[in-house]
Amino acid sequence: MSSQEVQATSAAAERMARVVAPKRFGFIRRLVRHRLGLVGGVVLLLLAVLAVIGPYITPYDPNEPHLLDQLAPPSSTFWFGTDELGRDIFSRTIVATRPAMVSGLLAVIFAATIGATSGLITGFFGGWVDSTIMRVWDTLLAFPTIFLAIGIVAILGPGWINAVIAIAIVNMPVFSRLVRASTLSAKGQDYALAARSIGASNSRLMFRHLLPNTIMPAIVQMAIAAPFAIVVEATLSFLGLGSQPPDASWGNMLSDAQGYLRRSFTYAVFPGLAITLVVMAMNFFADGVQDVLDPRRIRAGRGE
Amino acid sequence: MSRYVLGRILLLLPTLFLASILIFAIISLSPGDPAQIRLGTEATPEEIAAERERLGLDKSIPVRYAIWVGDVLQFDLGRSLVNNRPAAQLVAEAFPNTLRLVFFALALSLIIGIPMGIFSAVRQNQPVDLAITGLSSLGLAIPSFWLGIMLILLLSVRYQWLPPSGAGDPDAFFTANLKFLIMPVITIAVSNIAVFSRFIRSAMIDTLGADYVRTARAKGLREGAVLRRHALRNALLPTVTVLGIQFGRLLGGAVVTESVFAYPGVGRLVISSILNRDYPVVQATLMFVVLAFLLTNLLVDISYAYLDPTVKFDGN
Repeated sequence: MSSQEVQATSAAAERMARVVAPKRFGFIRRLVRHRLGLVGGVVLLLLAVLAVIGPYITPYDPNEPHLLDQLAPPSSTFWFGTDELGRDIFSRTIVATRPAMVSGLLAVIFAATIGATSGLITGFFGGWVDSTIMRVWDTLLAFPTIFLAIGIVAILGPGWINAVIAIAIVNMPVFSRLVRASTLSAKGQDYALAARSIGASNSRLMFRHLLPNTIMPAIVQMAIAAPFAIVVEATLSFLGLGSQPPDASWGNMLSDAQGYLRRSFTYAVFPGLAITLVVMAMNFFADGVQDVLDPRRIRAGRGE
Repeated sequence: MSRYVLGRILLLLPTLFLASILIFAIISLSPGDPAQIRLGTEATPEEIAAERERLGLDKSIPVRYAIWVGDVLQFDLGRSLVNNRPAAQLVAEAFPNTLRLVFFALALSLIIGIPMGIFSAVRQNQPVDLAITGLSSLGLAIPSFWLGIMLILLLSVRYQWLPPSGAGDPDAFFTANLKFLIMPVITIAVSNIAVFSRFIRSAMIDTLGADYVRTARAKGLREGAVLRRHALRNALLPTVTVLGIQFGRLLGGAVVTESVFAYPGVGRLVISSILNRDYPVVQATLMFVVLAFLLTNLLVDISYAYLDPTVKFDGN
């Protein structure tokens, strides 16, 4: 074997090894290489930091009225101006980052936990369990999302946590369907049959063997659903059904601002910009996550 | 084909039945007593009890549900608790407004979104493509209620070109009311333009890489004809699905836009009747929305099966 041939073979072997054994931090490394995904991720990280430290760094108390400066335009004293009670809009916009980010995160985790578990159970057991649970999810899917969320909040009563619960519920069917589909294909595979043949119990088989192999689509779906959850929370707050005053939230700030469009030209601008920034960063991040986890993915438009 | 359609229509029935239970549950479990709300805080307990009896609220929930379903099956959707008008009539008045809004918004989205998507796909990864995909990312991220407010701020408050709310005089010929439609239509169109341009772009990139496009080029067809006759036609097929889904969603789901512009459509009817605890109207409107949503989804599936020769009708 000539040295050239040896080199070629070892290079091929190395390539193969790389394919067979992905590096441990391959996911993060590939995400870093995905430029927009990286930008989205970094902005999200900054926003997460802001959500944590926001309340400690605002120039003013977000709920403190400055009675002499109501509906003031942006200035060096009040960077984003003030609202109808003379509260500093910059401070309120910053402080509202936390409830927005937390509502997105919480709703998605809640939806994924219940949705994935039900998908695992229905896919695993099949039969009447499957058809009953899937019927329930189909019924939820028969409603346009925002109506369903509004309806659920109408039962639970307005409020931030109820809005989050409603958003979680409207997102559950998708998680359930995704995990059910991959459970159906996974449970017939050799490793599942092998685990069963050595006497693994149903719950061990489901949670130890099947779940880790079916969870990936649900993780991608979490990245897709999070920005959507934030918009729905802002929408519910805008309609008066989510976060309640005096708590600052981007949705209810916009709802208040709509009453003063003639008197303040800037009040309504900043909370909306904040929502747009968060959603865009999350969308980029979600796109990155999808591309990295499945390079063959067809990049289709998603409109929620 | 007809067996497939019939089967799909029969499958709607259990879903509609479960949806009606859910709608009834939403209404029955909501806090607040409609009799109390109707009579105000001055009413005596006896008056409230009498009103509850008159409204049929003294019966148990399953009995009320059975009565309601019986009425619905006889096409009696009840009367509004607020103004005593038939709920069906309120829905029938609101629906054309929503339909008009959704029709214009989707037409505008297609007219702008499709060429954007095509252009973007043909110039993949060039500056034009990056600009278009960047704009559509922005279009998807902007919350529609904020966009609506910004439009009002600019076009109604600042320049006073357009009325900020309402739908105009219902008796006037519809062209007189078009100016009321402009801002709501733009508000809905922006996110849909983004949806369509993204979708067409990815579908076109797929078809442009397909064997039949290479064959068409290899036999010497002009590039314009390749794009039009081979790439675009195949890319438009899945777009039918997206169009149908967006249409169904918007028929009931233009809630937020209708609220921002106080536009008297179906979405605003749902919100206002929920806030007023006007139960018969909530029930009627939600049932209507669900039915419209399910029917458009069904139509999409059927048209897709009809348009795409590779889809088979064996019921799976």
